Amino acid sequence: MMDQRPHLYGVVGEFDTAEQLLRAAAKTRDAGYREIDAYAPFPVEGLSEALGLRRNKVALITLIGGLLGGLGGFGFEYWVNVITYPLNIGGRPFNSWPAFIPVTFELTVLGASLSAVLGMLALNKLPQPHHPLFNVEHFKRATNDKFFLCIEAHDPKFNLSDAAKFLQGLQAQHVIEVKDDD
Amino acid sequence: MSNGQPPLDSPKIRRLTPVLEPGHTYASVTDKIASIVLTRPMSLGWLAGFTLSFSVLMMLTVAIAWLIMKGTGIWGINIPVGWGFAIVNFVWWIGIGHAGTLISAILFLLNQKWRTSINRFAEAMTLFAVACAGIFPLIHTGRPWMAYYMFPYPSAMGIWPQFRSPLIWDVFAVSTYGTVSLLFWFVGLIPDLATLRDRAKSKTQQIIYGMLAMGWRGSARHWHRYQSAYLLLAGLATPLVLSVHTVVSFDFSIAIVPGWHTTIFPPYFVAGAIYSGFAMVLTIAIPLRKAYDLEDFITMRHLENMAKVMLATGLIVAYGYFFEYFMSQYSGNKFDLYLTQMRFHGPYAHFYYALILCNILTPQLLWFQKVRTNVPVLFLISLIINLGMWLERFVIVVISLTRDFMPSAWGRYSATVWDYATFVGTLGLFTTMMFLFVRGLPAISIAEMRELVAHSEEHE
Repeated sequence: MMDQRPHLYGVVGEFDTAEQLLRAAAKTRDAGYREIDAYAPFPVEGLSEALGLRRNKVALITLIGGLLGGLGGFGFEYWVNVITYPLNIGGRPFNSWPAFIPVTFELTVLGASLSAVLGMLALNKLPQPHHPLFNVEHFKRATNDKFFLCIEAHDPKFNLSDAAKFLQGLQAQHVIEVKDDD
Repeated sequence: MSNGQPPLDSPKIRRLTPVLEPGHTYASVTDKIASIVLTRPMSLGWLAGFTLSFSVLMMLTVAIAWLIMKGTGIWGINIPVGWGFAIVNFVWWIGIGHAGTLISAILFLLNQKWRTSINRFAEAMTLFAVACAGIFPLIHTGRPWMAYYMFPYPSAMGIWPQFRSPLIWDVFAVSTYGTVSLLFWFVGLIPDLATLRDRAKSKTQQIIYGMLAMGWRGSARHWHRYQSAYLLLAGLATPLVLSVHTVVSFDFSIAIVPGWHTTIFPPYFVAGAIYSGFAMVLTIAIPLRKAYDLEDFITMRHLENMAKVMLATGLIVAYGYFFEYFMSQYSGNKFDLYLTQMRFHGPYAHFYYALILCNILTPQLLWFQKVRTNVPVLFLISLIINLGMWLERFVIVVISLTRDFMPSAWGRYSATVWDYATFVGTLGLFTTMMFLFVRGLPAISIAEMRELVAHSEEHE
């Protein structure tokens, strides 16, 4: 246990600007690396494209959540005010659907919003208290003013010294090995 | 105030005042905003403000405790005025919240860069205002411990809510609004919480911010989905905010009471809500930027834009007042005609004239650039508009209820000391939460400020 060499997560390069990161991400993909991820203190325009990320499923999840909220809301109101507890209010029909619309609308928005947020967190696998990159002291600045590109060890093309050299060739300020010690 | 920053605020180049003063880098915006939370020592001003707010909050707890012991008889409400301060305050607070959502959602969809440095605390303002608003219908029920009856739950008595009632719509609208505002605010906070986690020096701070940040690490994959979720939330919050005050106005307009039963209410309530909300954002922003030296981030451009929004929504509200008057005359309905007479000449006429002064005449000063760029005057106008919007709700609730169809049902309403204690108490609750917020969480979105830095570098 004690002298076991820590498992390797990957190798990470640190960059000063968003433009450098964008260029590096595009070149890394061109070089054939696929298991890569970039880290930035704010959403960098064009980074998703540079990394070749596909369209995400958040919108679909939100649509489903909204539909469920809306249909469920209306169905519930119908069930309550028509089937299980019908009340005659001012002679209106039991299924006075226009009066059910405000609650239906609110529940549509509620369902959609909750699924947008929870769906986003779930797809991002958050909360995730620990991540190997947190072992890297420099990485603290990924939430401040530095940009990082990580080539992960499970990439089929990965080889520690090659990947490190490759990142150095992209003018990374620092190139750091990321250990996965858990 | 022009004495603080002479060159950039001088009238000649004022048109070019940017949304972010030049010379900032990613690190400098991070440092400046995070330091308010992490390193800045507690100032005497903060402590004094917090102490005062907290004492006023204690007054609220006393007022509510006394209400629960004695019942709503301690207030000035009776028949015919059963709504009184509680509903006036509820509508006022919920309206204030609307500007926060407008800034964070609608201006985001419209790609307005100036929203960036004010959206975070405007959203916080929304949440705290909704919390204050929510108290009123709850305690107005008289038996707040039974309030859960309003939610549809499988009760042993086999009874269910009546979904044709606007009061039930209100329950759903306000609780959805509170939930979605909280989600929107929290999603916006996640990257900043990670920043605080990574900069915190003490173990306690690291643990608290670390748990709240949920392990955010700025991964491009995460940002990718985060941006989708944020955009969708903005798209969802936009119709939501319009619906909430519409539903609140339904509480009135569905009833047949003179002065309430009118189709102009939904748009006029929404405009009034945004109007009062922007006034409150200014009321908070002006002292905030001064106290924490945030003039670089909340620039004159922000203040001026907010003043313009107030002017525009104020004109919509004025249009609403005019058409309320016009329709009562045009309809020839004698009850509506009489109500209008009562607004101008009745026992509460002074409230109506004060309302016209605060909400229609005062904002006309905002046509002048000199006024829009004069910070103390702007602050004063924002306070006057806040007051005016409170008066508007008072006029709507009280004048109509004291003068409905039969003279035998007419009455008077005057608030008691407990009404005032409860209202002022919620102001204490609001400011207490605001004081805690500015020291506990970044009052300006750091991640979005970095985006602004990136954009301003591109243009150089």
